[in-house]
Amino acid sequence: MTVQSRSSFVSLLIPAITTAIWFIVLCGIIYPLLTTVVANVIFPHQAQGSLITINGKVIGSELIAQNFTAPKYFHPRPSATNKTGTTDKPEPYNAAQSGATNYGPTNKKLIDGVKDAVAAYRKENGLAADALVPVDAVTNSASGFDPDISIANANLQVPRVAKARNIPVTDVKKFVSQNTTGRQFGLLGEPRVNVLKLNLALDNLKSGS
Amino acid sequence: MILNILQVVIILLIIGFGFVVPIGKYLIKIFTDESDTILERYTYRFLGINPQEQMTWQRYSQAIVLSNLVFVLLFYATLRLQDILPFNPDNIHPSPTPDLAFNTAISFVTNTDWQNYGGETTLSYFNQMVMITCLMFTSSATGLAAGVAVIRALSQAGTNNLGNFWVDLTRAIYRLFLPICFVLALVYVWQGVPQTLGPATVATTLEGATQTIARGPVASLESIKQIGTNGGGFFGQNSAHPFENPTPLTNTLEIMSMLLIVPALTYTFGTMVQARRQGWIFFGVFATLFIGFLVMVLPAEQIGNPLLTQAGADQALSSLQSGGNFEGKEVRFGIAQTGLFVTATTAATTGSVNAMHDSLTPIGGFAALSEMLLNVVFGGKGVGLITLIMYAAVTVFLIGLMVGRTPEFLSKKIEAKEVKLVSLALLAHPFIILIGCGLALVWPKALDSLGNPDAHGFSEILYAYSSTSANNGSAFGGLNGNTPFYNTTLGLAILIGRFLAPVLPMLAVAGSLALKPRVPKTTGTMSTNTVFFGLLILASILIIGGLTFFPALALGPIAEHFELAAGKTF
Repeated sequence: MTVQSRSSFVSLLIPAITTAIWFIVLCGIIYPLLTTVVANVIFPHQAQGSLITINGKVIGSELIAQNFTAPKYFHPRPSATNKTGTTDKPEPYNAAQSGATNYGPTNKKLIDGVKDAVAAYRKENGLAADALVPVDAVTNSASGFDPDISIANANLQVPRVAKARNIPVTDVKKFVSQNTTGRQFGLLGEPRVNVLKLNLALDNLKSGS
Repeated sequence: MILNILQVVIILLIIGFGFVVPIGKYLIKIFTDESDTILERYTYRFLGINPQEQMTWQRYSQAIVLSNLVFVLLFYATLRLQDILPFNPDNIHPSPTPDLAFNTAISFVTNTDWQNYGGETTLSYFNQMVMITCLMFTSSATGLAAGVAVIRALSQAGTNNLGNFWVDLTRAIYRLFLPICFVLALVYVWQGVPQTLGPATVATTLEGATQTIARGPVASLESIKQIGTNGGGFFGQNSAHPFENPTPLTNTLEIMSMLLIVPALTYTFGTMVQARRQGWIFFGVFATLFIGFLVMVLPAEQIGNPLLTQAGADQALSSLQSGGNFEGKEVRFGIAQTGLFVTATTAATTGSVNAMHDSLTPIGGFAALSEMLLNVVFGGKGVGLITLIMYAAVTVFLIGLMVGRTPEFLSKKIEAKEVKLVSLALLAHPFIILIGCGLALVWPKALDSLGNPDAHGFSEILYAYSSTSANNGSAFGGLNGNTPFYNTTLGLAILIGRFLAPVLPMLAVAGSLALKPRVPKTTGTMSTNTVFFGLLILASILIIGGLTFFPALALGPIAEHFELAAGKTF
């Protein structure tokens, strides 16, 4: 190998510019476009955002929680997202602008928010006034649309949903366990219940019978 | 409980035993291979690069600076011109302001990826895909190249020959990053990460409301975001967003990606400088610090926040729920996968987050903050190893002072020049952080940006300057950094933290050491490849870091811990 002593500025500037342009083309255009093509051929459903379509209409994404307030539906975790383009106008489950509270552990707003959510959850689900509520049910998720709830949270909502739908509690329980995802490979993550899929399954039961 | 501990242990064992040696060997092959592939030869000819040129440390540094400068100018331009550039299906307007564009351009070119904006509401697909995805490749390849150049220099005697920056950059991308990222991107899509050029979808929910769901070419960005320890999310909520990190498997792969290359560099280092034991001692120092912080985060987050229990929340771990301090966390990850991610992302200076660090317990936040303050728990591509070598130089110097001998490292004399340069680099980091914090505290209206009051509010500022100076990029997200003051000062913190802290002074030290002859070992030579020396480095890191940052930490997370224990809210 030859050691060259070209020390001029220009001899470095030219490769600095050409490499920048080339890697923009390669890593910024060719690579993502190739990935897009291959991904949409092999996994078209996921590549488009795991959308759920009913009669040609998109009703949501498997991976994104949506707002459920009616008693006949299981409710997802609280959401702290705002209206798109704002930071102080709440619009929960706004999947166009993810967001969280970012409240620290000693922030009064956090503690008051949890107290309110606990009271509402107890009332909604007919729990005792001193019953502890699963923590995921009363804390805001990190994304603003966590698609899952814990099994403990789902179980406590079962009687309410059964009553609102006028079907036996055991049937609703069966739906919960059918829509429970275990740890991945039996090990990774946490067991969880996908709220949208569960609610969809319950709705399908009604239209099916 | 057992499964939670088991999954953490298994992931760490795979990283420690599965990656370090094979990846370390592969890195050696990439960066010492005498021959170029056909593709590389054509690339060099096409781009006007002479691959035979060997660069001195001065020229190698100039190449890095010039290359980064070109990228900063280009990215600044495309950010400011976003309104008139194509490929903006969600019609995101207006273009970022000058101060935000300045901060963002510097942030992505330096592998920091601090974001004072939310991706899905601020950037067009053009900037997300063409510029950011590209910069994630080039910035991580640049860091890796700098690290390899330092290793090369340390393996030489009597020459000043650090290799060729353009060749290192190209090889890192062609032989390492692109192939891995392409495969990983497809795995991510399989698990649910979108990869589409289509605009946001509008869904009609089961209750009849309208929900707009942002998506985009996410998977191709996600894979390099983690592999390159970049960390800048496609979406505002980063790896907590189900579209960036849909399953525990993707979370595991994202954690492993962060720790794929950096730990392996210790093996590359040991082998290339022909002191393999030295490499393992370095690995041991990194791993000890990492595990130390991990065992702080995991129990703290699992035990949770006593105030939440008083408010009526059940934080106990059971087979039906993960429990723990769950504000700003996601159910699919639980505490184990979240705690490991927190520790890894602040160690490897990735800065992606799968939980909101602002809502961590004080001890969890303390650990995340401390990893960035020390800046030597694995660290970013190349840069982490460089920083550890700096600490090793300081350690031999301190010991040399105690026993009255000229310090030596890798059979090279460490003299006044090197110690001055290392001190400059080691002092730049605390200088930026502490001056930045001080400035933010007194600057008019800067405190209006805080998202939390009291001690936690101070932690937000401390975290911001630590994260930018360490080129990490994670945030206590409550702080609104998109103001001219923070955009400017945090941008400068990134620049100084990148170039003045580790990269340029260490290339200078490496160049200077490369020129020196090897001194023969004598009975008086202090060996640096022993566990004892590893402990001495650890002590130096903790003493220097502790003395520098303890007062600031005491005002932030430590004060907050006692406030929380006393049941105080603000």
